[in-house]
This record gives sequence, structure tokens and C-alpha cells, in this order.
Amino acid sequence: MAVDKATVARIAALARIKVTEGEQELLAGELSKLLDWIEQLAEVNTDGVEPMASVVHIKPPMRADVVNDGEIRDKLLANAPQDARGFFVVPKVVE
Amino acid sequence: MSLIQGETGAWEVVIGLEVHAQAVSNSKLFSGASTTFGAEPNTHVSLVDAAFPGMLPVINKVCVEQAVKTGLGLDAQINLVSIFDRKNYFYADLPAGYQISQYLRPVVGKGQLTIDMADGTSRTIGITRLHLEQDAGKSLHDQHPTQTYIDLNRSGVALMEIVSEPDMRSAEEAGAYVKKLRSILRYLGTCDGNMEEGSLRCDCNVSVRKPGGKLGTRCEIKNVNSIKFVIAAIEYEARRQIQVIEEGGTIKQETRLYDSHRGTTRPMRSKEEAHDYRYFPDPDLLPLELDPAWVENLKKSLPELPDAKKARFVADYKLSPYDAGVLIEEQASADYFEAVAKGRDAKLACNWVMGDLFGALNKAGLDISNSPVSAKGLGELLDLMSDNTISGRIAKDVFAAMVETRKGASAIVEEKGLRQVTDTGAIEAAVDAVLAKEPEKIAEYRSGKDKLFGFFVGQVMKATGGKANPAQVNELLKKKLAP
Repeated sequence: MAVDKATVARIAALARIKVTEGEQELLAGELSKLLDWIEQLAEVNTDGVEPMASVVHIKPPMRADVVNDGEIRDKLLANAPQDARGFFVVPKVVE
Repeated sequence: MSLIQGETGAWEVVIGLEVHAQAVSNSKLFSGASTTFGAEPNTHVSLVDAAFPGMLPVINKVCVEQAVKTGLGLDAQINLVSIFDRKNYFYADLPAGYQISQYLRPVVGKGQLTIDMADGTSRTIGITRLHLEQDAGKSLHDQHPTQTYIDLNRSGVALMEIVSEPDMRSAEEAGAYVKKLRSILRYLGTCDGNMEEGSLRCDCNVSVRKPGGKLGTRCEIKNVNSIKFVIAAIEYEARRQIQVIEEGGTIKQETRLYDSHRGTTRPMRSKEEAHDYRYFPDPDLLPLELDPAWVENLKKSLPELPDAKKARFVADYKLSPYDAGVLIEEQASADYFEAVAKGRDAKLACNWVMGDLFGALNKAGLDISNSPVSAKGLGELLDLMSDNTISGRIAKDVFAAMVETRKGASAIVEEKGLRQVTDTGAIEAAVDAVLAKEPEKIAEYRSGKDKLFGFFVGQVMKATGGKANPAQVNELLKKKLAP
């Protein structure tokens, strides 16, 4: 499957990653090869096979509905580039 | 079907709703942080909710239970295997860069709900699905001129997104849908339905078409937070679309916001590359598998739901469908009514609850759960009427005093000496006194002015402070006024 430069630019924009023109060319080639490699899986006939969600056959564990976490604001905000009055602070994002 | 008249003829509105209902739980969908509303910013947040590297989600069993119960209450298919997916988008209040949601395989499939319209008619609206997902954090844009403040307290709270079929044909139907859905959720105890606190939010998909024509392009009005606004937003949006089309324009599929101050909708600034969520199964979460016996048990434990209760009120208490509909809307009102009606005249109980009680609550701005008069108290008042201790007229005064003072009916009757006078001698004396003063009116009455009878009754009641037994007064007056 071929990934072109426009697709690379779009994926980069969605992921908010800055990719230069030159890098787009390079990534288009690499991503195309990756997808070709994965495409080999299409050679296997999977008709009627349930999609595999995990290699371990267990039921997911469930949590009891109790409050036993949180109240760690200082820790959370310790790594924030900026905070004020208990909030994380980011550049203005308005709809 | 209600159509909207445009310049070029009649138009039909087609509406589908997506309701986000916060599941009632102590802790979040995938973490042990509290869900309590109104806490200090970023206090009810765990490392999972803040999406710190390496943190893994573990699902809260009660949130699953709430979703399944809601599905059962909507008469819907319960999917014993469902999948959690990542919905990817970039926003400052979504720390992980994705929301854990359900996409292709939700926990609840097709169901239905019956809406009751003001004119007494009912319609069935299809439910497409219900899925579990995380709420995002909250962005405050008005705290600083160039910065946005982020509070993650809501981040990770369990939401049930309930999607309807595009089955509604008027703003009123959409309002009735939200009302009924909220009522069912509250009966089930799966969502508190508090729209002011954001526990219930509604996205409205609206399009217009010529009756019977093919579906028009729809616009989505996001995050409408009251039933009144749902109705107003849809009405405005339908008229806007009709005008655009009739003026030769076309409708662009877009997301809009409702401005409750102006009563209009306006487009949201379009996010670039919007609606490319690149869903994929969340590798941190195995498929959710439900035990059929567990689901069956939940089904057995469901309370009586609004529709069943309404039917029972009509059948057992002989209430009109309208009265029954009003009483069952809130479970607390229904319970109150039943407590009053038990062993008493149900129609009388209904009139007092819907008339005097609701009126008093409305006036005081109170909810039935903190009513100044308990169901037992109102029952006592009705008993005082039925055993002729007080008349119906005096009962109104006693009720007003009960609301005012929160005292019991008997205590007020005794305290104020409102006990009905049934002593024939005393009433007769009062009747005679009145008649002695009004010889001219008596003559008029006897010459055919029947209407004056009411005047005499009024005078006697006035003379006895309203306490004379009305039936006895009538009887005595008839006897004495006879020519």
C-alpha cells in the first residue's frame, strides 16, 4: 500500500507532530514499506475467525466501585509546565 | 405529524438525539478517583485520569451494571461481548489524546422508548445503541486573557451515550424524548438526570425535508443542557435550514452551538480535520464479557418503570392518563401519591397532590422530597375530611397552615378550633339569626329568586367561621325557606 506525501502531512497534523517537507518524502517511503509488510497478513484466510483481542484467554478483571485514588493534586501539577490556582494552564484554546 | 410552513410549502423536521448520561457511581469508569460534583479543581484525579505514562485502566463493575440496567430499561438488546476503542482527537482537556469509548460493538444495542405528548398521544422512538465512554476534563476559557485553565475532575467519569434513531418529527417530540429518558434513568437510579450539573447533556441532529422526500443534510447542535433549550434550539435550527434552502442555498453538514441568550444556533469554529477519530480497539482493555446469569439477575431486579406505573395508576386508581402521567414523572411524586391514596379516595388524593401540594411546592420552590407536608400528613388531613371533622373548605385553610408551620393537621384543627360544627342546635341558631336579619331576601327568594339560596348559605358559613357542616346548613335552610 502506498502512502503519499499528502497522507503523511495529514497524519502528522492529526497527531500534532511537525514534519518538514523533506521528512514527508522520507516517511512516505518508510510508512509504505511498513504497510506492505503488514499487508502480508492479508494472504491468510481469516473467514469465520473471531478477531483476536488478546493472546491471554482471561476475562478482564473488574474494579469494585470504591474511591481509593485521587487527591494528589500537588503530584499531578508538579510536572505541568504551568499551573495556577490548582488548574493546569495551557495557551488559550477557544472553540 | 407537525409540519413547518415555509415560503415554498410545508417542511418536515427530522431529529435524532445523542444523550450523554453520567452513570451513577462513586468512582470513575477506569480509576478509583471520586466522581463527586463541585470539588476543588484537579483533586478528584488519579494518575490514570491524567493519563500519566504507563497507567492502565481497570473497569468499574458498577458502571457496567448501570449501562446494562439502562439498556434493560430501554427494552434493548444487551451485548454479552463488547469492545472498548480509542477515539483519537487532540484537545487540552483530553490528556491521553484519546477517549476510551465503544465504537463498532457497544454494550447495548437496539431498544426503544415511548414518548407521551401533551395531547395524550404516544409514539415509539427507536434507540440505536448505548455505549460506555469516559468524560473529558473541563476547559475554562474565561479565567485569563491568553490562557485556558484545565480541570480534570470530570476526566474519566463514566458516561452512557444513548443514541436515538432519527425518529422524531418536531421539537416537542424531542423534548418529550429527553423528558421520558430522564424519567427512566431516574427510576432505574442509573443517572441522576441533573442537567444543570451536566449529568445529562444532549446533542441534537436536525435536518429538514419535503414531507416524504429524501433526508436532508443534517447539522448537529452540541451540548444542549436543558429540555427547554432542546426545544428552542431545534425550532430555531429547523427554521434556519428551511430559510437557507428556500433562498437557494444548501445546508453544510456542521457542528453548531446553541446560544441561549440570543435563542439562535451558530457554527462552531471548525476544527481542522474534524471527525477523523481513527478509532481502534484499546490494547489496554480486553473485550468486556458479561455473564448471562448476571444480566438476567439485573433484569429481575429492575424497578417498576414509568410506563408500567402509569398503566397501573390508570387501571387501579381510575386516574386519567394525563393525571397518571404527571404523577409518575418523578418516582418520588408517584410514591407520595400512592402513600396518600392507599385506603382512601384515589381521585381525591390525586386532586390534592396535583393541585394543592404541587401548587404549594411550586410556590415555595421546593422539591417533593423536602415537602413541608409529608404523605402521611396529607393522608391525615383527608381522613379529617372524610370523617366530617372538618369541611373541605376548612381543609384548604388547614393545609395552608400545615405548609406554613409544618404542624400536623389534627394539631392545627384543635389549636385553631376549626372542628366542624355538626351540632344541629348550634347550626339552627346560626341559620335563624341570619334569616331574622334578612326578611326582604327571604321574600325575594320565595317569589322565585332561587339564586339567593347561595347567599343564605354564605351568610351562615360566615357567621359560623366556616365551621358549620355544609350539608346540614343546606338541609336546614331548605326546610326553613320553604314557603
